[in-house]
Amino acid sequence: MKLTLRIWRQAGPDAPGRMVEYEIDGISADMSFLEMLDVLNDRLILDGEEPVAFDHDCREGICGSCGVVINGRAHGPERTTTCQLHMRAFHDGDVVDVEPWRARAFPVIKDLVVDRSAFDRIVGAGGYVTAPTGSAPDAHATPVPKADAELAFDNATCIGCGACVAACPNGSAMLFTGAKIAHLNSLPQGTPERERRALDMVKAMDALDFGGCTNSGECVAVCPKGIPLTTIATLNREFRRASRPLW
Amino acid sequence: MPMRIYPAIHYTMGGLWVDYDLQSTIPGLFVIGEANFSDHGANRLGASALMQGLADGYFVLPTTINDYIAHGGRTDVPPDHPAVVRTEAEVTQRLTALLTVHGDRTVDSFHRELGLLLWDHCGMARNEAGLRKALDRIPALRAEFWRRVLVPGSGAELNQELEKANRVADFLEFAELMLLDALVREESCGGHFREEHQTPDGEAQRDDANFGHVAAWEYTGQEPVLHRENLRFEYVHPTHRSYT
Repeated sequence: MKLTLRIWRQAGPDAPGRMVEYEIDGISADMSFLEMLDVLNDRLILDGEEPVAFDHDCREGICGSCGVVINGRAHGPERTTTCQLHMRAFHDGDVVDVEPWRARAFPVIKDLVVDRSAFDRIVGAGGYVTAPTGSAPDAHATPVPKADAELAFDNATCIGCGACVAACPNGSAMLFTGAKIAHLNSLPQGTPERERRALDMVKAMDALDFGGCTNSGECVAVCPKGIPLTTIATLNREFRRASRPLW
Repeated sequence: MPMRIYPAIHYTMGGLWVDYDLQSTIPGLFVIGEANFSDHGANRLGASALMQGLADGYFVLPTTINDYIAHGGRTDVPPDHPAVVRTEAEVTQRLTALLTVHGDRTVDSFHRELGLLLWDHCGMARNEAGLRKALDRIPALRAEFWRRVLVPGSGAELNQELEKANRVADFLEFAELMLLDALVREESCGGHFREEHQTPDGEAQRDDANFGHVAAWEYTGQEPVLHRENLRFEYVHPTHRSYT
């Protein structure tokens, strides 16, 4: 398979960036998208050029490290992580645009690598539970209704890749923050900090460069884990519940 | 379409030596999860890895690291401390060495060659001839790495190739140790299946009399030194696995 790649190249956070065109040949349909970039980088290195910087780690769709905008869509044409996208989703002769996540809260570090530590700061504000450590709790000491467990698990599948922010016209992190709040607030283990979590995580999110939600739903269209739009409703409900006057 | 599965090298099944507090030989450096000695069986490595990360973090570390800090664990290392100065010089020297080879082979090409070598000779089933063959090859591959590796860019900005080169240089050392350990352990046990040591029906044949120990290899810069830590079973004694 022969492709024309147009890739965003940016030497550093403050350097100007631009799309650079590369012709690439001999791409197998069985390669992953990242393996295709590996092939390109191998060639660039041997030609004495700077390879394209991109984030990746597990390449199994579970770590949330990878993620680029492919042909204008976060993670590309299929609803999956970039690492789980295969070249069979493309055709010989295609022109493929590859850009980093575009959001004010995710500044570009280099080429396709962005700084997503804003997510860490949101999680640091309340994405945890108080738990006694040091000895094993009795099994079934804390019963969890099946429906609650499933709701928590569905939201816990969020890997924090940032596609939701990249896809949102407002650069909003409400799907991500909602997933974290819905995950912990629907479990008994998360109850002690339930109100504070909702308030603190939303406050942290608002203090960063994320926009607000206007229900465009672009986030759920690209979320590789299928976090539903109702998660944002859960976030709003938890926030309102925690904000009620305390009289 | 049926799901296609394929075995792959993805666990070293061993890591840094730690004491019962999960502290390494460097005071204050605690190692948890897969990076330490590792509790592993023959399979289900992902579950073992998660189990160990959770157990170490949930049950062990909260009582041991607190104790270390409570007893005045060091947090006041000044930048001109001799150990800091020495380490900084070592790191700078290593990074400069990697950046100035300017060879003709990519880091990935070495990583792939090393991976294939281990896959062929130190995979799920291994034997003496294969292990020796790989052990013969690694010093040459390592020498070639330091002579021919091509790391673009500099150390002044985000340089993923430099990071990768650092790791592959470590892999070259670690692979050699894995091979050596597999060669010395003349039995089959857990994920280590030596073809020479199997029961008539193809199951792992342990040799508890000679290998009922954990092998802790000391890094010396030269030949690694083996320390045997014997396993004592007081109540439950190991038996032979059999699915029949």
